[in-house]
Amino acid sequence: MNWFRKQLQTQRTRFILLVTLFAVMLALPAFASEYILYMLISILFITLFSLGTNLLLGYTGLLSFGQAAFFGVGAFAAARILLAYPSMPLAILGGMAASALAALVIGLIVVRHTAIYFTMLTLAFGMLFYEGVQKAELLLSYITGVEIPEATVFGGAWGLLDIPRGTIFNLAMDSLVNYYYFTFVIAGIAIFLFYRLVHSPLGLSFQAIRDSESRVAFTGISVRKHRLICFVIAGVFAGLAGAIRTGLLGNVDPLVFHWSTSATPIISSLLGGMYTFTGPIVGAAIYYVIRDFVFRYTFVWQMAVGLVIVALVLGLSGGIVGNFEQKLLPKLRTRFTRDNSQKAGNTIF
Amino acid sequence: MADLLYQALIGFTQGMIYWLIAAGLTIAFGVLGILNFTHGSLYMFGSYLALTFYQSLGMNFGLAVFLAIASVGGIGFLLERFALRPIYARNLEIQIILLFGIMLIFSDTALLGWGTNLSFPPIPPLLGGTIEIVGRKFPIYYTFLIGAGIAVFFIIRGILEKTWWGRTMRAAASDREMASAIGINIRTLFATSFVFASAIAAFGGALSMPWRICQPSLGTDVIIPAFVVVAVGSLGSLVGALAAAILIGVVTALGTFYVPIMEVIAIYLIMTIVLIIRPQGLFGGRGKA
Repeated sequence: MNWFRKQLQTQRTRFILLVTLFAVMLALPAFASEYILYMLISILFITLFSLGTNLLLGYTGLLSFGQAAFFGVGAFAAARILLAYPSMPLAILGGMAASALAALVIGLIVVRHTAIYFTMLTLAFGMLFYEGVQKAELLLSYITGVEIPEATVFGGAWGLLDIPRGTIFNLAMDSLVNYYYFTFVIAGIAIFLFYRLVHSPLGLSFQAIRDSESRVAFTGISVRKHRLICFVIAGVFAGLAGAIRTGLLGNVDPLVFHWSTSATPIISSLLGGMYTFTGPIVGAAIYYVIRDFVFRYTFVWQMAVGLVIVALVLGLSGGIVGNFEQKLLPKLRTRFTRDNSQKAGNTIF
Repeated sequence: MADLLYQALIGFTQGMIYWLIAAGLTIAFGVLGILNFTHGSLYMFGSYLALTFYQSLGMNFGLAVFLAIASVGGIGFLLERFALRPIYARNLEIQIILLFGIMLIFSDTALLGWGTNLSFPPIPPLLGGTIEIVGRKFPIYYTFLIGAGIAVFFIIRGILEKTWWGRTMRAAASDREMASAIGINIRTLFATSFVFASAIAAFGGALSMPWRICQPSLGTDVIIPAFVVVAVGSLGSLVGALAAAILIGVVTALGTFYVPIMEVIAIYLIMTIVLIIRPQGLFGGRGKA
């Protein structure tokens, strides 16, 4: 109880909000429809995807337009594992390992560049995966010399279908409720680890690289090595998100590698605020809702997304969480508390 | 051997199209320092507008191309004035994301304006027909494209080196603050250079109109190869862009001749190899990357 009391005293608003959110999400399957659960699982994996991408964008100052590559690698690796041996934890781990490897290889080439070059190259490598996966069998045949029939390993243009959700040890994941709890736990752990990461010396050195590359170099930190570490971590988060997606949808097609997939976490981060911790999480939820809504009413979804981006950049820069913290919150504070000693800039989120 | 030469010529033509897209991208990057995601969309507008003027309104091909360039130049002017000018001082990442958003808007604008139908544009009769090269029939239009691509290179070089405007562009590209300090109006220069870059994109789009299928995803389809071309040739170098465009075009065509899968993979393969050996690109100085 002491721990609870201490938390309540030091970071009250934040703690109460967090516990409430936790309780609501745990209790939700009791009364929510499958549609809501489906939506929440989707938001959770977009959240993980966005957090990873924002580690590059918001924390290290690198805009990657190729995160779909690692998202897709995670998704396809998980699919292959589930088809061979239906164990969900194995699929998640396999997906993460595969995308870590992919991120390491691509990272070695791209982290030598920054700024515009980095963006262009990540975009190009992402599209290499998109093109490559559709011809993967042909490519493998050329490399290995062994004849592999087309569309047998990765399913060609159609991708892989009818992927079972498998089991976790002995618990079947067929029901969406079980899968929801599983995703909830995994995402919770991942978000917690991410929180610890960005507040660790490693995370701080990422932010230092963003703010001044040359100063960081002068302190003896290898900028390139740190960028590579950051790139691999971002890739692992993308792979984890991709693996969860495979479990949810039961199919995976080459479109997961498309640049429009890479744009999702970028827009989520921008929407929520890329210089805040909760920004990408809030952004992922809002982005999902907006996209769901737009898809239902219009076929020109690209225009809707584009307009949101333009409005955010030219109007609401800093994102929703960023603006809330910097503008709305200080006002609320001065209005609702007698003690005005806590000034703006002291963020609760 | 004749087959190879023929393949190489086809690849050279493709390279010229790459070059026509990469040229404007290079200028926009060199002078304004932006990664213009909308460049492919401007190219697409050039194609579609030329198609509309030529096919639907029955204009002369030359006039249609000219009008397409003028219209896209106008779009470029508005884009610079209302979207780019407010964000020059912002982070690079934000600039790129904004341009990406505008690219999405442009894509769907084309979808609304011209529909999802694929258009198979006609070749103007004057440039139709084929000529005999190495015992095979080679479309006259392709030779026209090659000529136009090379002409554009020399025109841009001429403008940059011989005219006052071109010299101010080079000055701003090498040191923006210094250029501003000696009395060059940077704002006007940015506007005119961006319009110039847009016009080149439109020219490329209009000319390649009879050469490819017009579809609303054209803008997003061409921008990625264009990025690869400027990255391989090193960003901001015109000669580099031209050389990389030809290299990628020809190697892709020859590779496809032997291994069909090269058609989609070659461009990325070249990019990977070049960037491992020379991270700064083929024509970049040391440490420029």
